[in-house]
Amino acid sequence: MIGVDTIVQGVLLGGLYALFAAGLSLVFGIMRLVNLAHGDLIVMGAYLILILVTLSGLNPFLAALVAAPLMFGLGWGLQRLVLNRTLGKDILPPLLVTFGLSIALQNALLEGFSADSRKISAGGLETASADLGIVTVGVMPLLTFASAIAVIVGLNALFYRTALGRAFRAVSDDPVTASLMGIRPAHVFAMATGVAMLVVTVAALYFGMRANFDPAIGPARLIYAFEAVIIGGLGSLWGTLAGGIIIGVAQTVGAAVNPEWQILAGHVAFLLVLLVRPRGLFPRAVD
Amino acid sequence: MTPLLETRGLTANYGDFRALFGVDITVQPGETVAIIGANGAGKTTLLRAIAGVLRSAPAQVLHHGAPIGALPADQVMQRGISMVPEGRRLFPSLSVEENLLIGGQTRRAKGPWSLATVYDLFPILRERRHSPGTALSGGQQQMVAIGRALMANPELMLCDEISLGLAPVVIRDIYAALPQIKAGGASLVIVEQDIAQALRVADRVYCLMEGRVTLTGRPADITRDAIHAAYFGAPA
Ligand SMILES: Nc1ncnc2c1ncn2[C@@H]1O[C@H](COP(=O)(O)OP(=O)(O)OP(=O)(O)O)[C@@H](O)[C@H]1O
Ligand SMILES: [Mg+2]
Repeated sequence: MIGVDTIVQGVLLGGLYALFAAGLSLVFGIMRLVNLAHGDLIVMGAYLILILVTLSGLNPFLAALVAAPLMFGLGWGLQRLVLNRTLGKDILPPLLVTFGLSIALQNALLEGFSADSRKISAGGLETASADLGIVTVGVMPLLTFASAIAVIVGLNALFYRTALGRAFRAVSDDPVTASLMGIRPAHVFAMATGVAMLVVTVAALYFGMRANFDPAIGPARLIYAFEAVIIGGLGSLWGTLAGGIIIGVAQTVGAAVNPEWQILAGHVAFLLVLLVRPRGLFPRAVD
Repeated sequence: MTPLLETRGLTANYGDFRALFGVDITVQPGETVAIIGANGAGKTTLLRAIAGVLRSAPAQVLHHGAPIGALPADQVMQRGISMVPEGRRLFPSLSVEENLLIGGQTRRAKGPWSLATVYDLFPILRERRHSPGTALSGGQQQMVAIGRALMANPELMLCDEISLGLAPVVIRDIYAALPQIKAGGASLVIVEQDIAQALRVADRVYCLMEGRVTLTGRPADITRDAIHAAYFGAPA
């Protein structure tokens, strides 16, 4: 039956979706770029963490810490060398290029790791549970949710309390005037994608520990992230969390009613929110 | 003496449309130079070309003799050339204070200007520091735009129609700040539609018409008729 338990599970699941979505939301908010390879980058991050764990025997959390700067550098380079060239008045080139990147990444991962599904082992953490009084929940979903909150708080602090965040917002408002301030938009965009890849690393860590993954699974996971970003209101990080939670709760409630309805219920919730609020729950004032 | 800034045969295009046809201007250290001219004469284009928003051939813009015509805007700014753009162009997502801070965050040159001294220059901004920049009145927004440019302690400040659309009392307040800005060490290029205002503040004046300089001189040496001819292309 649908009880508090179901709702709490759904909320926690929403944390995972918010993690998937936060990097997407960040990049879109700053440069209006929809990265269709986002899901594949998460999968790639999961493989990177898996390699580090396998080769060095590191605990997955430490492995993610090692992977983070590599992922940042990769994001920086990707933006600098490829994506910046696609930005402009026309929104089609970035879509085409990131779509191509998505396919290329999937093929590269397939070459490197075969189609077998893998998982990052988290040892006892996988089955540990915590008693929250009214409900008992898994430690892993709880950690995921807490990490999503931490990521959003961190990104908001970066956005609203640092010079880099100020540059992010200025460039997003008006790149030409930002360049008159001595800011190079291409550089700021590269930093933004680098930061987004840090978030991707966190998402990849939980993604890889919580379920099996294979090279082709990225786009399917990306759907939830897209839905979370869109119903949250484009560019709003707390909105993205709210969006993730709505989809997560819809899925667990749907599954409680009829296990076959889990995925469908999430998509229906997405459509319902858009029917009522076409611009999402927390649309940005300036667009 | 090498001029602080010089343009030599500066040309600028928007696609196939040529907006500047070989413009020569010079700015000596400490000078205030006014650019006047009718709507569409190319005044904004000239400032945008100097600032690097529009690129030109390297030697068409010289900064202390160094060719900077091909540099992008961010590098021109790093060299100490700041712009108060036409229409003020504050960042809507930033508060008044953040709009000021962003003006100085990539270039911290020595000089008198900081948040505190900009607030002393325009005290009303201190009161409104936490408001979104775009929530202010036009005059206050212009003060933010000027303060934002000052925050980098520029050697040269390019001001594009800082009086446009403002009430006379507000214009007076804004122009009253110029002596202090000059005393702070900045040379000025001022684009101004109000000829009387331009002649009052400028050491030298250039008049543009259809992308060409049609008149140059010191305000005291320029007659009304000469200005009229330079503006409209026909003797009065
Ligand atoms: N982005 C643009 N694209 C095409 N043509 C432009 C563009 N900006 C300006 N122009 C044209 O270039 C010429 C010079 O324009 P500019 O804005 O430099 O004039 P201005 O002297 O600043 O005029 P105003 O007093 O109206 O500000 C005009 O004919 C204008 O129509
Ligand atoms: Mg103009």
